[in-house]
Amino acid sequence: MSNKKPVLEVRNLRVEFPNRRGNLVAVDDVSFTVNEGEVLGVVGESGAGKSMTGSAVIGLLEPPGRIAGGEVLLDGERIDNLSPEAMRRVRGKRIGMVFQDPLTSLNPLYTVGRQLTETIQTHQNVSDSQARKQAIDLLAEVGIPAPEKRIDQYPHQFSGGMRQRVVIALALCVNPRMIIADEPTTALDVSIQAQIIKLLKRLCEDHGAAVMLITHDMGVIAETADRVAVMYAGRIAEIGPVKDVIKNAKHPYTKGLMGSIPVVGHDLERLSQIEGSMPRLTEIPRGCAFNPRCPEVFDRCRVERPDLIDVGTSRAACWLHDPASAKKTEAAE
Amino acid sequence: MTIEKPILEVEDLSKYFDVSAPLLRRLVRREGRATLRAVDRVKFSIPKGKTLSLVGESGCGKSTVARLVVGLYEPTTGKVVFDGHDMAAKHSRKEMAGLRRRFQMIFQDPFASLNPRWRVYDIIAEPIRAHGIARDEREISRRVAQNLERVKLSARDGEKFPHEFSGGQRQRISIARALASEPEFLVCDEPTSALDVSVQAQILNLMKDLQRELGLSYLFISHDLAVVYHIADYLGVMYLGRLVEVGPAREIFKNPQHPYTRMLLDAIPDLEMTGRKRIPVGGEVPSPISPPSGCHFHPRCPFANERCQREAPGVTTLSGEIDVRCHAVEEGRLAGEVEKLRMQSSAA
Repeated sequence: MSNKKPVLEVRNLRVEFPNRRGNLVAVDDVSFTVNEGEVLGVVGESGAGKSMTGSAVIGLLEPPGRIAGGEVLLDGERIDNLSPEAMRRVRGKRIGMVFQDPLTSLNPLYTVGRQLTETIQTHQNVSDSQARKQAIDLLAEVGIPAPEKRIDQYPHQFSGGMRQRVVIALALCVNPRMIIADEPTTALDVSIQAQIIKLLKRLCEDHGAAVMLITHDMGVIAETADRVAVMYAGRIAEIGPVKDVIKNAKHPYTKGLMGSIPVVGHDLERLSQIEGSMPRLTEIPRGCAFNPRCPEVFDRCRVERPDLIDVGTSRAACWLHDPASAKKTEAAE
Repeated sequence: MTIEKPILEVEDLSKYFDVSAPLLRRLVRREGRATLRAVDRVKFSIPKGKTLSLVGESGCGKSTVARLVVGLYEPTTGKVVFDGHDMAAKHSRKEMAGLRRRFQMIFQDPFASLNPRWRVYDIIAEPIRAHGIARDEREISRRVAQNLERVKLSARDGEKFPHEFSGGQRQRISIARALASEPEFLVCDEPTSALDVSVQAQILNLMKDLQRELGLSYLFISHDLAVVYHIADYLGVMYLGRLVEVGPAREIFKNPQHPYTRMLLDAIPDLEMTGRKRIPVGGEVPSPISPPSGCHFHPRCPFANERCQREAPGVTTLSGEIDVRCHAVEEGRLAGEVEKLRMQSSAA
């Protein structure tokens, strides 16, 4: 663990969607921290609750979704109970956001320059020409060639990769403490993805910002993140340093996930597969949510829900790593 | 690349789309017609029981090739030869129907490719009826059940509607429908790109099992080189409509020749965190409407010279049955220059 200051702390976060038949729990008891200059990867399959966690942190949950419990702290200060107006200011000034589809995050009717200067002037008291100069510097920083010329162009005149760079520049406008990137490379081709990953990593180092990188792609995590949280059915299944989680997974779900990813250079007749699919939110099983698909399931998993347990440098929500259950299985044998 | 007794041969295949502005605007602005060369003189063949994968970034024409092969588009030039029959030549209706039965297509999006108003039973029974494989209802229902079981679903699932299934299960239904007409050849256009990795693994394993059991041949379109490494016997790399490298997959992965193939391989995220030395990737795919002159890849290629800008490279056949379109490979100067660049980037 680094001794750097935590920028974002999430404690026991719970997100619910009330509906006619009761509450759907989309995110359940999720806790993590992101430190200065650190990239935390949040990975999981569709429906795992990773994007929902991101939206809850920045206060952009779609109603009727709501935070039903827990706390979100930015630099030690609670932000989950702020008024919408106060939260809007926090989002603009201290949290930057990068979403999957760069075309929908940019206004097609305004030039890139106008969108950048508008953001800069909302949060800083600077003149038009200063704001424009800052905008050009930002575009140059994110690697857009000829920024003096490109600044007066519209989003449709940019390619997909270049648009995503503009979105990143927008997120950086106000020197945020925290950047939340939700699937920033998913809509891009591999060669562009590699460039954007490199850019994100460099910016995180240069600006000392904390980054929460949400993605379904373990490869992107391996390239970018310092630590990674693996989510399953609304909970964190495993969290730890990226090397440990990828090379020496502790949770059976993480193991299965890693085994199912094809890798160039691995000659396998068959990929190892996890049977079945992730449960719907309405039918999350009792005990550990992964127990019906788990190859190492035992009695306790079907009854009791495991919390995160320290295993070496990582933490995993799995009874296999609880000393008490180890004794029990030995006794049973 | 020459192959004994291929099931599919594609020769000199091109598809041009007319993307001109409307006539009046062209006259006013004094513009000519504009043509998009989506597929430009592509040649490859697939042996029986094997898989050829086409890879490339968006806009490279790989999906257009898939559509040309199954006859959803009419080729502008060239021909598609399926098991010795030229698909463009005149065939009687009956002959054509017989050929059509023998190849099927699986699409990327399992949500859009199944009729939401039909029960799964009817979706799978349709090709059986359409191709007259069975007429007796008992025989049809036996075949539907058999195909559902082949893709690891149960015969009872036939009573349900597509919306009752997850993405992975729907893709299984697509495969069952494709298998219903007892084809020998399947064209799969990004069949796993819309799926989560753990489900992708299930579908890839299923496709390999089916290939072994039924002796199927696949044309597998993908943008994911790791998936391709797992499933393909032969690999074709496309860039802006041209097939820049094609040959046995293992050979190409071990020893990629074309600079674009090298770049694609270097762009794959390093999941094992070996920290292998990679040449950084630069630039983006240009618009296919106005591709660069000469070799389309020259503006992004670290080894390009004046000739690459001027002249489109022809095919060079290397040992190991690999066809490459690259001047640097043809002139034999590539290996030395790659080594030089590696040294520079590791020194920097």
